Amino acid sequence: MKNVKSIIAVASLGFALAACSGSAPQTSSGSTSGSSSSSYSSTYGGGSSLSSDQFLGVNVGDRVFFATDQASIDGSSRAVLRAQAEWLAQNASTSLVIEGHADERGTREYNLALGARRANAVRDFLISQGVDSARLETISFGKERPVSLCSEESCWSKNRRAVSTPR
Amino acid sequence: MTLPCTRKNQANKAAFIGLLMFLLMPLQNAGAALKIDITQGNVEPLPIAILDFVSEDGVGGDLAQVVMADLERSGLFRPIAREAFIETELDVNVRPKFKEWRIVNALALVSGRSVMQNDGRLRVEFRLWDVVAQEQMTGLQFFTTPANWRRISHLIADAIYERLTGETGYFDTRIVYVSESGPKNRRVKKLAIMDQDGFAQSELTSGQSLALTPRFSPTAQEITYLSFYRNRPRVYLLNIESGQQEVVGDFPGMTFAPRFSPDGQKIIMSLERNGNSNIYTMDLRTRETRRLTSSLAIDTAPCYAPDGSQIVFESDRMGTQQLYVMEADGTNVRRISYGQGRYGTPVWSPRGDLIAFTKTYKGRFLIGVMKTDGSGERILTEGFHNEGPAWSPNGRVLAFFREKKGADEGPGLWTVDVTGYNERPISTPSWASDPAWSPLIR
Repeated sequence: MKNVKSIIAVASLGFALAACSGSAPQTSSGSTSGSSSSSYSSTYGGGSSLSSDQFLGVNVGDRVFFATDQASIDGSSRAVLRAQAEWLAQNASTSLVIEGHADERGTREYNLALGARRANAVRDFLISQGVDSARLETISFGKERPVSLCSEESCWSKNRRAVSTPR
Repeated sequence: MTLPCTRKNQANKAAFIGLLMFLLMPLQNAGAALKIDITQGNVEPLPIAILDFVSEDGVGGDLAQVVMADLERSGLFRPIAREAFIETELDVNVRPKFKEWRIVNALALVSGRSVMQNDGRLRVEFRLWDVVAQEQMTGLQFFTTPANWRRISHLIADAIYERLTGETGYFDTRIVYVSESGPKNRRVKKLAIMDQDGFAQSELTSGQSLALTPRFSPTAQEITYLSFYRNRPRVYLLNIESGQQEVVGDFPGMTFAPRFSPDGQKIIMSLERNGNSNIYTMDLRTRETRRLTSSLAIDTAPCYAPDGSQIVFESDRMGTQQLYVMEADGTNVRRISYGQGRYGTPVWSPRGDLIAFTKTYKGRFLIGVMKTDGSGERILTEGFHNEGPAWSPNGRVLAFFREKKGADEGPGLWTVDVTGYNERPISTPSWASDPAWSPLIR
């Protein structure tokens, strides 16, 4: 449980940084923009006073990261996903969309497939934690929606991710 | 169900109607021997003089300019600056003063005429002359609507290219691509289409949904591509003239990486299900689908051989992204890429003899070609990021996209000769990626 708390702290810090950098993602290398879950706000609703996706992002951790060309869930990712599973258990009416993403260092079609593999690795793990598969939807954005924009490993490592968004 | 927004495309519709072509009677027998040998790598470009076409409305100079630009960009011709010309005007039905053209070191000469007829059509004629042999090599006459004048120039450039190289031309073609704008994390991606020289730009989709990997049908009238319409990534068919769209098949997961079969009857693509991507075909008439691969790996980017008998694709079934060839029914799968690095986006040459690919090696992205058995690999260009080769219909040139490092950068389109020489950018109004070259429609 100690482990989970430290992950949550890191996730919160990440969110705060993202909030500070505001809506000027282009200016410098390494700057981050808001959570990519914003791409869903128009499609899947959400965004009420204390929106559940913010709650997930701040208190639970909405994303896990992957090694280059990998889709395996490592130890720290497991902690985040167990917390997501717990959160889902407490929010029984909520479903998740899991977005899979890749960094820019791959070809387009392959990265679409890789993003799908990552999203499904998260889905499979959540199912193994007792989440009903009917509550989990996946989508891959390949390399099309990075959150960190520089062309360095520091950014690429943040873009190789799977993000869970309540819907 | 409504479909992704499109824009109708009247200009392009006009481009494929109302065009007639006739042979001009030679002013004497043709038996010229002037020829560019393009089987060698770095060809010394052939010096050619192109006179402004004689016209009363001023379009003659523009016609000649477009012909000149086409030929120059091929890397096989060196147009001579008109300031050097001694004979500065020449009627299309008059023999040139060959001696004067030899003085300016022209080996080939083009003269032409354009006439606006009373019926509203434009008549354009040209002749190609061998300066040394003092003979006509070819001559053609075209009738078209005036709006089509650029296309006439491309047809003339093709005729000159064909007569002097012995190969099919590729100038009267179009390129469909993804037009990109906005910051990297909110990039807007629309389908756009243009002539191969970057002119006659027009957008095909609105940009509301991410659009990726457009590919032409063999008739060049339809495009298959991936749209993220309603956040459901699926393969679509788009009719260029009407703007009509339809989703290809009713699949439970993401469909992507589409291409037409050479006969235009089928779409081949990947279907992703539970994170696993396999290759399927769908018959566009019967709607019958067929699964061609059944691996637990990523199988994607399928492309037919031009005779339809085989398929090249990429797969990470042996650990990393590599190229494989199989029969059209999915049998006899064999790996063909064995070099160092990863190989993706294979495209079979229209001639059938080569496969172009994107290679990733030591953090660089390269465009290369190999024989269809994987031997004879040659790298044509390399750098931080080059991706997505597309063949010109005559198999001489590859278009691809290139990205620079950096948060504020975007991609651009380039071409390179299959020999690896003559790398050129294609100018586009916005960032551009995922080019696909139309077939030659005659």
